[in-house]
Amino acid sequence: MARTHGASEAERLQAASSTRNAWALSAPALILLFCAAAGPLLVVLIYSFLTAGPTGGVVWDFSTEAWVGVLYTRDIFDDGNLVLADAHLTIFWRSVKISILTTLITFVLGFPTAWFIATRPLKERALWLFLITIPFWTNLLIRTFAITEIIRNEGLLNKILLGIGLISEPLRIMNTDTAVLIGMAYVYLPLMVLPLFAAIDRFDMRLLEAGYDLYASRLQVLRHVVLPIVKPGIIAGSILVFIPSLGAYVTPRVLGGGKNMMIGNFIELQFGQGRNWPLGAALSMTLLLIVMLAMIFYVRAATKGGKSHG
Amino acid sequence: MAEKSFEVSRLPGFASIAILVFIALYLPICTLVFYSFNAGTTLSVWQGFSWRWYIEAWENDVVQAAALRSLQIAVSASFIATVVATMAALATTRRRAFRGQTAIYAFINQPLMVPEIVTAVALLIVFGVIKAWTGYQGLWYLILAHSAFCVPFAYLPIRARLEGMDLSLESAAADLYANPWQTFRFVTLPLLSPGIAAGAMLAFVISLDDVVITEFVKSAGQDTLPTYMLGQLRRTLTPEVNAISTGLLVLTVLLLVGFSLINRKKN
Repeated sequence: MARTHGASEAERLQAASSTRNAWALSAPALILLFCAAAGPLLVVLIYSFLTAGPTGGVVWDFSTEAWVGVLYTRDIFDDGNLVLADAHLTIFWRSVKISILTTLITFVLGFPTAWFIATRPLKERALWLFLITIPFWTNLLIRTFAITEIIRNEGLLNKILLGIGLISEPLRIMNTDTAVLIGMAYVYLPLMVLPLFAAIDRFDMRLLEAGYDLYASRLQVLRHVVLPIVKPGIIAGSILVFIPSLGAYVTPRVLGGGKNMMIGNFIELQFGQGRNWPLGAALSMTLLLIVMLAMIFYVRAATKGGKSHG
Repeated sequence: MAEKSFEVSRLPGFASIAILVFIALYLPICTLVFYSFNAGTTLSVWQGFSWRWYIEAWENDVVQAAALRSLQIAVSASFIATVVATMAALATTRRRAFRGQTAIYAFINQPLMVPEIVTAVALLIVFGVIKAWTGYQGLWYLILAHSAFCVPFAYLPIRARLEGMDLSLESAAADLYANPWQTFRFVTLPLLSPGIAAGAMLAFVISLDDVVITEFVKSAGQDTLPTYMLGQLRRTLTPEVNAISTGLLVLTVLLLVGFSLINRKKN
């Protein structure tokens, strides 16, 4: 009795020391991330409750003005009453709209692509997958730049369309929402294809046979057999595309010009020409909040999907 | 039997869409590479093959400095990120679950969840204050920032490798009177090295590609290749940008090929 007690005591001590080791080993990573990633986010939160300095920066006076300013603006002609800031709402709406459309487009194009790769013979599959991974790892700026060479006024698209006589003067796509949308769909497509591929790759193709044996059409099989089972992959891909789209900075800056801003560019503006750091901080926190909500939705949807489909 | 058999997994139209997607993915990249060899000064009129823009980019002092800076940051950041990620991976795998393990895991992966622009703004504020206090304007701000966001990219492959490793080899070493350090040095580390190499490579690529955080953290005159290119995109473009892009592209592809070779060996 005493011996077993002693043994379990020793075991407990060993476990405790192993836990201490684990924390000690993780410490450098945690400290680095605290100093150069997570910690500064807290500072942003504090800055969002301060008063804007006259030439940028902040004055250390508590104020909720920045948070009010996310949605409202003061009417200078009417005693400074609060009115909804149309310019801000336009930017939010554009960001959400472009992000949702990007997710939809990448899904519609990405699903057949992932399916195609997953149904290749095993030897070929690695090559096709590699062809998706190259753009995935290629610098986002380079890919954005590459798509501008296609869609700008003297770009390849206009050259081809003019060449075959489909249009008589070049399409002016650059610096519009459409340009941003095309660019976003282009740069984020691999983020959709990879998780979809992972889900379809695990899919048991014999289930299709079972469906056809029961006289289901291709469309019915796709709708009622394939899509429910690969749903976790669809959710993962959508989140992976939607979240960076919402916070996009480079692609809208290069393709949208100065006027077609998204939230990311609007945040930058507050730290540059706008010179309203607290508003920039409050906007950053708002963006972070939306992303966190999307993430929670994802975790819940994924665990729910996991339960009902094993 | 001339009739083609009914292929279960074939869905009509899917293959054509997929082929079109692959063309759409590569056509812009190929156009970009193609015009980097243009002898003329524009991106739209082809005036014959030449290495001109590669030579101009190579001889451009600003580009040279930016390229060196990019490499310096990427090498330092991927080294730091890989070391701390390896330690953290050893801490969070292959032991009984302990309190706070999930928290450590979430904290390490945090840079993957926060939009880059938000981190960029946060670092702009904090490093701005430190810059004003200390007067130090050097490269370490960028190296630290890059190290931090590279940690999850280094951590995930190392962790995956550790989880797939056979514990019995290490207990065998311990049975043969190897002390914990010897066991780690001569058994664990060699087995883990493909994971570490893969993690370091991903961290390197991620650091080399970064635009947003670098753009916000850099002090005056600290352009890296991507931020230099971002600045150039506002001007009238010459194929020089294409040449630089192609160079980065080739480097990325080489690293990816190396990465997949390591992975293949593992399997």
